[in-house]
Amino acid sequence: MLSVGDFIVLASQNLRKQEARASRRRSIDRWFGRIGLLFTIGTLGVLAILLLNLAASGLTRIDWQFLLSFPSRRAAEAGILSAWVGTILLMIVTASVAVPLGVAAGIYLEEYAAKNKWTDFIEINIANLAGVPSILYGLMALGLFVYQFRFGQSVLAGGLALACLVLPIVIVATREALRTIPAAIREAAFALGATRWQAVWHHLLPYSTGGIATGVILAMSRAIGESAPLITIGALTFIAFLPPAPILSHAPFLSFDWLFSPFTALPIQMFNWVSRPGEEFQSNAAAAGLFLMLITLGMNGVAILLRRHAQRNIKW
Amino acid sequence: MKTFNMVKALGMILCVVWGAGSQIWADTIVKIDGSSTVYPITEAVAEDFQRATGTKVTVGISGTGGGFKKFARGETDVQDASRPIQAEEVKAAKEGGIEYLELPIAYDALTVVVNSKNDWMETIQVSELKKIWEPEAQGKITKWNQIRPEWPDKEIKLYGAGSDSGTFDYFTEAINGKSKASRGDYTASEDDNVLVQGVEGDKHALGYMGFAYYEAHQKRLKALGIEWDAKGKSPVKPSEGTVLAGTYNPLSRPLFIYVNVKSLEKPEVKKFVEFYLANVARLAKEVKYIPLPDSAYTAVRERLAKLQKGTAFVGHAEMAIPIAEILKRTPTP
Repeated sequence: MLSVGDFIVLASQNLRKQEARASRRRSIDRWFGRIGLLFTIGTLGVLAILLLNLAASGLTRIDWQFLLSFPSRRAAEAGILSAWVGTILLMIVTASVAVPLGVAAGIYLEEYAAKNKWTDFIEINIANLAGVPSILYGLMALGLFVYQFRFGQSVLAGGLALACLVLPIVIVATREALRTIPAAIREAAFALGATRWQAVWHHLLPYSTGGIATGVILAMSRAIGESAPLITIGALTFIAFLPPAPILSHAPFLSFDWLFSPFTALPIQMFNWVSRPGEEFQSNAAAAGLFLMLITLGMNGVAILLRRHAQRNIKW
Repeated sequence: MKTFNMVKALGMILCVVWGAGSQIWADTIVKIDGSSTVYPITEAVAEDFQRATGTKVTVGISGTGGGFKKFARGETDVQDASRPIQAEEVKAAKEGGIEYLELPIAYDALTVVVNSKNDWMETIQVSELKKIWEPEAQGKITKWNQIRPEWPDKEIKLYGAGSDSGTFDYFTEAINGKSKASRGDYTASEDDNVLVQGVEGDKHALGYMGFAYYEAHQKRLKALGIEWDAKGKSPVKPSEGTVLAGTYNPLSRPLFIYVNVKSLEKPEVKKFVEFYLANVARLAKEVKYIPLPDSAYTAVRERLAKLQKGTAFVGHAEMAIPIAEILKRTPTP
């Protein structure tokens, strides 16, 4: 039989033990936080060093002359006009193909497709496609788009190759975004008699815009840095003219000739300059790299704005 | 709203720039592809030609082999090549119905370099190079004193061209006697700047690269004189003089352009090739390559004027033929 005094002694011993354990847990928690912070700083540090390094050798080279000149054998006269215009046109083609196709495929797989072996098979394949080396997409595009469809070595063929490359990323991101929406939203829509499409169009898509936009930007950021598939399909290195303008001063005012124009892109121009003899082209390469980073950062910025805007309207 | 206005403004700037740049769109394009070694020369010619005539020119770098594939399908007008056309490529061109002119345009000298702090050698024999680079050397020849006993008992760090480049094809054929036969345990790169950095940073390094890369970094690299035992000659260092005199052997190589004969019917292509031959001597020098002697350019122009089709090589690169002799041969289609 324990007396009240014994009980108090036991309880206080127990309490001390508990406290010791709790403080150990808290210290583990603190340490994990610190280690995590350290790793984060390390990762950002690498990026910062990379950027500073590029900026140190390239920043002074970026000016209007550099942005508005064509490639040249003289490093000081050379510029990236055809390269950045090419890159932006490629991104337009890539985005306008990969986003609708990828989002539609994501919606189908997540909301419509029956869960059976066939769907599993497709899922595994999409995951695998995300890991295929980019040069293989280049070879596929060379055979299919350049020769079979006779698009030639054009912006269209290049953009389609990059679109194939990033399609899996868009699909996976769309599915992830749809999955984060509570099932209750779908059930509520169906309970009110909405069709699947109405639920998708009025509820699921608006709510998942943020996640989809993030995925799309990740995909575009990958596409913008690719050079291997573009070189495979025959992107050029020296091209001192721009594709035809998409807007005409006379009827029909819109032109799609630019889709079939030869092109070059920023990573290709960079690669060419890096491998030139002598030092003077190296700062051009660094400047082109810096500009590419700026475009990527700009795209990311737009995505963050879009996401904020989309999330503001969500009320559940 | 504000962001939307900015997008609009950007779009307008884009259209203005674009409109200004694409006024010359309507006409045809001279299409060139091929070797990355020849690229700087062709780029220089293309730049000046486009400025002088307004005709559009595009140049790609698919490599000599990749470029010949496109050339044989008739996709390009002119092909840059850092080695002569090979037997299979001759066949492919025949199947594609492509007739071509073979025009030598400049020299490159493959340069064997060591670190500038290397104080034990100024020259090397071709047989010694073979001992270092042949496939059998892999894993066996690892130290300097295995080549010559008086050289240091230190590991050789080797730097050389990657297997996709024409430089690799030519060096292995010239040194090891068989194209693409090489040891594999060395630092290989398609980008000669990587090789430059490697040799610069290591006292015990040895590497080979294009002459232009050595010339741009000659303060920190040392080019070796090459002693070609077969000819019993004294060692020769790479320079414009020795290459032109035909004594820097077997590592000096001619660079070519191949011109699709059918494309020559287009006036702008014909003009471009004529412009190329008229200006290449000056421009090649400007981008650190070695121009051919004047007499050779005269012979090349003659070949163009007479439309002498085909190649002067029987399907493989022969070493150390003077340019005059290459041009004297009658090309066979």
